Amino acid sequence: MISLYRWNFCEGKACGEAAGDYTDRVWSRAENVSNFMEADSIFGPDSRLVYKHYATLYFVFVFDSSENELAMLDLIQVFVETLDKCFRNVCELDIVFNYSKLHTILDEIIFGGQVLETSSAEVMKVVEEISRQESASNSIGLVTKTVSGWRNR
Amino acid sequence: MDSLFQRSLDDIIKGLRHQQAGESAFVSKVLEEVRREIKSTDSHTKSTALQKLTYLHSICFVDMSWAAFHAIECISYPNFTHKKVGYLAISQSFQESTPVILLISNQLRKDLKSNVEVEVSLALECLSRIGNLDLCRDLTPEVFTLMASSRIPVRKKAIGVVLRLFGKYPDAVRVCFKRLVESLESSDSPPIVSAVIGVFCELASKDPKAYLPLAPEFYKILVDSRNNWVLIKVLKIFTKLAPLEPRLAKKIVEPICELMSKTGAKSLMFECIRTILTSLAEHESAVKLAAGRINELLIDEDPNLRYLGLHALAIVAPKHIWAVLENKEFVIKSLSDPDPNIKLESLRLVMEMVSESNVVEICRVLVNYATKSEPEFCNVILGSILSTCSNNVYEIIVDFDWYVSLLGEMSRIQHCQKGEEIENQLIDIGMRVQDVRPELVRVGRDLLMDPALLGNPFLHRILSAAAWLCGEYVEFIRNPVELMESLLQPRTSLLPPSVRAVYLESAFKALVFCLHSYLKSAHGENGEASGTTLIQENHITPDSVLHLLNLIDMAVGPLSGSYDVEIQERARNILGFTELIKPVLSDSLHPQDERHKQQVEASKMVRLLHDTFSDELGPVSMSAQGRVPVPDGLVLHENLADLEAVCGSSLPASSATISFEGSHNVEGATSIFISDQKEESEPSSESTSLLAEHRKRHGLYYLPSEKNTEHHEANNDYPPANELKSGVTVSNDAQDLAKLAEQSFLPKRKSKQVKARPVVVKLDEGDVLPISSKIPQAKDDSLSEAVRDVLLGNKAAADSVIRKKGKEKLNAKEQEDDLDHMDSQSGTVQNPVKERSKRSSRKQNADEGDHGGDKGKQKRRHRHGKHRTREGVQNPPANVISQTPVPDLLL
Repeated sequence: MISLYRWNFCEGKACGEAAGDYTDRVWSRAENVSNFMEADSIFGPDSRLVYKHYATLYFVFVFDSSENELAMLDLIQVFVETLDKCFRNVCELDIVFNYSKLHTILDEIIFGGQVLETSSAEVMKVVEEISRQESASNSIGLVTKTVSGWRNR
Repeated sequence: MDSLFQRSLDDIIKGLRHQQAGESAFVSKVLEEVRREIKSTDSHTKSTALQKLTYLHSICFVDMSWAAFHAIECISYPNFTHKKVGYLAISQSFQESTPVILLISNQLRKDLKSNVEVEVSLALECLSRIGNLDLCRDLTPEVFTLMASSRIPVRKKAIGVVLRLFGKYPDAVRVCFKRLVESLESSDSPPIVSAVIGVFCELASKDPKAYLPLAPEFYKILVDSRNNWVLIKVLKIFTKLAPLEPRLAKKIVEPICELMSKTGAKSLMFECIRTILTSLAEHESAVKLAAGRINELLIDEDPNLRYLGLHALAIVAPKHIWAVLENKEFVIKSLSDPDPNIKLESLRLVMEMVSESNVVEICRVLVNYATKSEPEFCNVILGSILSTCSNNVYEIIVDFDWYVSLLGEMSRIQHCQKGEEIENQLIDIGMRVQDVRPELVRVGRDLLMDPALLGNPFLHRILSAAAWLCGEYVEFIRNPVELMESLLQPRTSLLPPSVRAVYLESAFKALVFCLHSYLKSAHGENGEASGTTLIQENHITPDSVLHLLNLIDMAVGPLSGSYDVEIQERARNILGFTELIKPVLSDSLHPQDERHKQQVEASKMVRLLHDTFSDELGPVSMSAQGRVPVPDGLVLHENLADLEAVCGSSLPASSATISFEGSHNVEGATSIFISDQKEESEPSSESTSLLAEHRKRHGLYYLPSEKNTEHHEANNDYPPANELKSGVTVSNDAQDLAKLAEQSFLPKRKSKQVKARPVVVKLDEGDVLPISSKIPQAKDDSLSEAVRDVLLGNKAAADSVIRKKGKEKLNAKEQEDDLDHMDSQSGTVQNPVKERSKRSSRKQNADEGDHGGDKGKQKRRHRHGKHRTREGVQNPPANVISQTPVPDLLL
């Protein structure tokens, strides 16, 4: 079981434990039933939970009354599409080993608790830009380090 | 060279995945490494260590607050990768209370001004997650600048972060709000509109009233936008705004209906339906259209859509029950859907459809269904039956005999865990509805008789209620001996002590009742002839009395040594009584050696107790204490802190005066209780007369007063419930009418009620807490105040802030003009608004209409509107600024 928790406005451990509890409940749901669950007992009043799974990957979003239920299902779809584009057929291992990239993607889609981008193409643009920046800075870093390392010797 | 041998994040992840059992050992080893590496001066080593720590924090919830300073160091590195690691760590781990949080202020400012777009994004993201008051205040000018950035992604995020700024630092409104509103009109770039509408949606959900003046802008988006996300958000905003302004509702109903019928997106369609049902429910034709769309959802294959369809029906049910009744079959069928959401939602709807005429039928179906369901859902069903039937003092129950037997039946359902609720209702009904007591006692007896039930801990509470009822209303029992036997059966040892104590007390009551009726009849055999029937009816013969006494010796005797004080005390009471009564009674049991005097003594004793038990206690209203008028000269809210000083010097003297004052002042009120005492001071019952004596002496009383004599009489002369009837119906007239109107929708309605509804004693109707006190206060007063200031042109305040910030001035002149315009409009339409809103009983609106005119009145009506009152103090009434203007669109 792999889980990656991302909280926008939820503090620390309590949410982690709560999520563990909900993970079990989501897993125990039958196939072909609706994808919503009440979640107000843990995540506060009028919060609800929507989940969707693709093969072995489960995606769970918690939202409140400022969001539309079906739109949240779509948002999961957007997220998965983006992951698919990013990793070419996303699988468990991609998610396990690309911790920071996942955050980057999520940050582009959900910003400060609001949905800010719903086009996976737009998200990909930014993700690629960030990767470019990262590799650029890394190559510089590598050179300087070898040089400084050389000098230190 | 640390970095050469440093494990990367990938190594850690691999390592974690290969651990089978000793995961925590592995984690603590990694943590040790991290602690060492993070101190390195090499930026790469440090940031890798931080990255690993962040990962462990989010996967294993490892504490990383100690690394706060290292994270700050990382964001100051010029290398983008390191910076990013630092920002991620900060967003994951910082809280408002993190001590070093202020140290990032400068770095954030620097990055917000960076030329590299992704760096600006990092800083904005960080601010939106962890921004506290200080950070938000310091960085408001930078965010304000970015809100006009030419780079769309940056501008979008700057708008997103505004929500955090407003939340933490309301004065940011005075700086950023105008630019935010302007962004609403940037229809050339959809992402911007999407972001800004999202912000307004969040803002309006907290205090919709402040954003009413922006209705024209929102309306434009509603009509023009083609983006479903944006439309959904706009609809959410209108859901909040429409109830505040009937003319707005009228205006938007048509475009929303059009959107609903045209759109292909189910999410948008559902949002339209929800908006209509929640906020435009008065528009009959729109509701009809929405109902049509709901029907489409209900027959869809996708369970999500079916669930949401039912959910929509639940929204509409309170106002338009016909929409639910149209789909009655579907709703009932859905009770057996495999989907738990659908099941719950349909149960909710079934309960909405319950009325006086069909409650028997529906409950029958549901109870049958509950017995076949799995335990969890079974209890949900039972719970909703219980709450629906008891709603508003059993409003929908006509046949209480039926309901009481239903409660009995529910108790016997295998998975029933609603013991506490059933217990409360049984006792509650017993006390409120006099006519149902025989049936209650019958149901209670059946439960008590069944030894199998004693083994089910969920039923103990119900058994306790049954035992109490049978003891309290023992006169309705057909065979009290049998009752005694079941109350004292050996398996009662399975009960918890508190319930067992109730059993004992009931057994005591039943014993006294048996003896009393026996003696009465024995007496009657000698003198009067009337008692013979009683003997036959109650099966009480000299033999059965002997049997009872033996039973008590056998069953209660051992309990006199019980460790539980309640049980012990009650057992001893019973044993003491039987000890007393036995010698005198043995004579009367053998009538051949007749000694009249002894028998009289025995019957005297029994009668004394019997009278004590049969004396009924009237109900006491929950707010009785509150109705006691405070005597003149008694200051309840006086600060007693001074008293300490007084007490220190002369304690006895001061306390004496206080008690004297109390008794002296209240004496005058004693005369009210004549009726009270009449009832209470029956010569035979010592305890009650003592109570009356006590009351007389101290002038304590529960139910006053001269003001509402109707209530007073009803309460004190309990139980003559017939008198109460008139009082109840009068006060409930309005509710009854509403109920009748609602029922007229129902297709099948029994023409005649077979049985008249028994009187249900209600004391609590006046006691329900005023609803207004439950309405939550608007929390962010300062935010709404700021928004109102900006929107309504409280330019002095706005200007001062702006001057302080040295930023662009708001166009005050323009706003003033707007305001004048709006004021003149609102002046003319003030009255209609008031009238209409009164009719629809929307307090919020009434308040709006009255706002300028009648401050005093408003203050009284809105105790919760704290900020409004404050505003009233700040702005003199002559200043029209505080009046909510009416947007152009509405005219």
